[in-house]
Amino acid sequence: MGQTVAEKIISAHAGKPVYRDDLVVARVDQTMASDTTAPLAIKAFEGMGGSRVWDPRRCVLVIDHAAPAPNERVADLHAMMRRFAAEQKCRLFDIGEGICHQLMVEQSIARPGQLVIGADSHSCTYGAVGAMGAGVGSTDLAAVWLTGRIWLRVPKTIKIEVTGSLRRGVQGKDLILTIVGKIGIAGATYRSMEFCGPAIVGLPLSERLTIANMAIEAGAKTGFVDPQGLRLPYEFEAVVADSDADYEQVMTITASDISPMLSRPHAPDQVVAVDALAGKPVDYAFIGTCVNGRLEDLHIAAEILRGSRIDPGTRLIIGPASRQVFRDAVNDGTVEILSAAGATFIPPGCGPCVGTHNGVPGSGETVISAGNRNFKGRMGNPEADIYLASPATVAASAREGRFTNPLNFIGT
Amino acid sequence: MRFIGMAHIIEGRAHLYGDNIDTDAIIAGKYTKTLNLRSLADHVLEDLDPDFRNRVRPGDILVAGSNFGCGSSREQAPLALKTAGVAAVIAKYFARIFFRNAINIGLPVLEVADYQIAAGDTLALDLTAGRVRNLTQKVDFKTAGLPAVMIDILRSGGLVNYLKKNGAYAIDQ
Repeated sequence: MGQTVAEKIISAHAGKPVYRDDLVVARVDQTMASDTTAPLAIKAFEGMGGSRVWDPRRCVLVIDHAAPAPNERVADLHAMMRRFAAEQKCRLFDIGEGICHQLMVEQSIARPGQLVIGADSHSCTYGAVGAMGAGVGSTDLAAVWLTGRIWLRVPKTIKIEVTGSLRRGVQGKDLILTIVGKIGIAGATYRSMEFCGPAIVGLPLSERLTIANMAIEAGAKTGFVDPQGLRLPYEFEAVVADSDADYEQVMTITASDISPMLSRPHAPDQVVAVDALAGKPVDYAFIGTCVNGRLEDLHIAAEILRGSRIDPGTRLIIGPASRQVFRDAVNDGTVEILSAAGATFIPPGCGPCVGTHNGVPGSGETVISAGNRNFKGRMGNPEADIYLASPATVAASAREGRFTNPLNFIGT
Repeated sequence: MRFIGMAHIIEGRAHLYGDNIDTDAIIAGKYTKTLNLRSLADHVLEDLDPDFRNRVRPGDILVAGSNFGCGSSREQAPLALKTAGVAAVIAKYFARIFFRNAINIGLPVLEVADYQIAAGDTLALDLTAGRVRNLTQKVDFKTAGLPAVMIDILRSGGLVNYLKKNGAYAIDQ
């Protein structure tokens, strides 16, 4: 019987052929924990009687969710992570190095065909490079540190075939917002998603990462972007689904029909076209996060803001996804263009998206964010309204001080 | 919570909530960076129902609609509920990561597709039999049940104690 990508990867890690709904124990290739989840995982690991992690080369710690530390409590948790990493001889990315999911891909840690377990819900991002990334909590992660294994139910798969091609200025973000809007916030719960079709083949890695990242916003356990057209800085063998794989559902989306989209408060699946809300005043615009803080995202923002200023009634905060992204953007002049336009740069990290620091919105304010979640209180203030959009839409809206379709500024 | 023979019974008062309660609503991100569980409980459900933390009594049961616990993987969410005194959560269904986290920290979670429960009703949950009884309204509901390994983890008080005892997962390979 044919297998989906998730079934193939889990089979390879369970040592036997498995199919949807099977409950299995699988070998894990890589793990990741952040400063939100690692401290509890360390406590759980010690509670389990753990002294050495099963394989320090497969344990990555990242200080990104509240980095640099906004207060003494967080500073102590960061110190705890540094101590653990030193004792265990595992890899730690310290403050400013970047957002966990960006680093796992940029540093070639998560690779095609691997099973990667991350103590962060956006671990599904690794599906952009053909790794099965699944998010777990701290105790689950500690159990992997101890045993090198995890129990999993093999997910059913929803296939999303994207035909045509995206118009210039319409980004992967607009595509995935459209998909999440159609499937709903719980529509892919416990499922794997496979994104494929002609519109996907030509996409750069940055857009593929954006798409895979938000599979969790439909409730998915994991998501895979078809590796056709994928370019990585190393040789790899892609895992592809069999032609007779058993899909629970197949959905078709026409890329050329998609326009810039927004997700309204207070859930990512409340999706409308930017044009439906064009003109709504914006207090705070934010570009960054694991979904849209990459160099290509800063490039499109710079294309829209070059030679102009953001509206005086709006502030624009930019958090690059990693130090590498920031340095590339400095070296190619992007930071200068955005800074001259009035953008404020914050250190690479999660910052405003998780409401810890570096840009908490005020009560009654309207935020347009290139992030992936707009739950009430997500950015630290339950009295603020968060709208999600592509970096292009955020930049255009910052420029005008109101919700603006970025296609107005994109040359064809 | 008590054990009667093999049965695993939880009896408590119901608190009712709706669909799609996300983990940011259960515990906001700004409060998650701590190992002090009491401080999590002090902010539990703060943006959704600020009075919950004053009303909740040890042993109470949270009853929600569909997709409970969606969003972030923060284990602080079930920990905040458990530390506040919540003895179990019933929902039409759960978001995947929350479900795992709850079992792992020893907070029983049961999926009941259809129920008739009012706020304040007293419920009795039998985890092993997979049954929920509304003692106030005298009606029973079937649950989706839990695999044996999850019941074992819950009986151990969570995955930490389970692995301390067993060293590995006892699932038939």
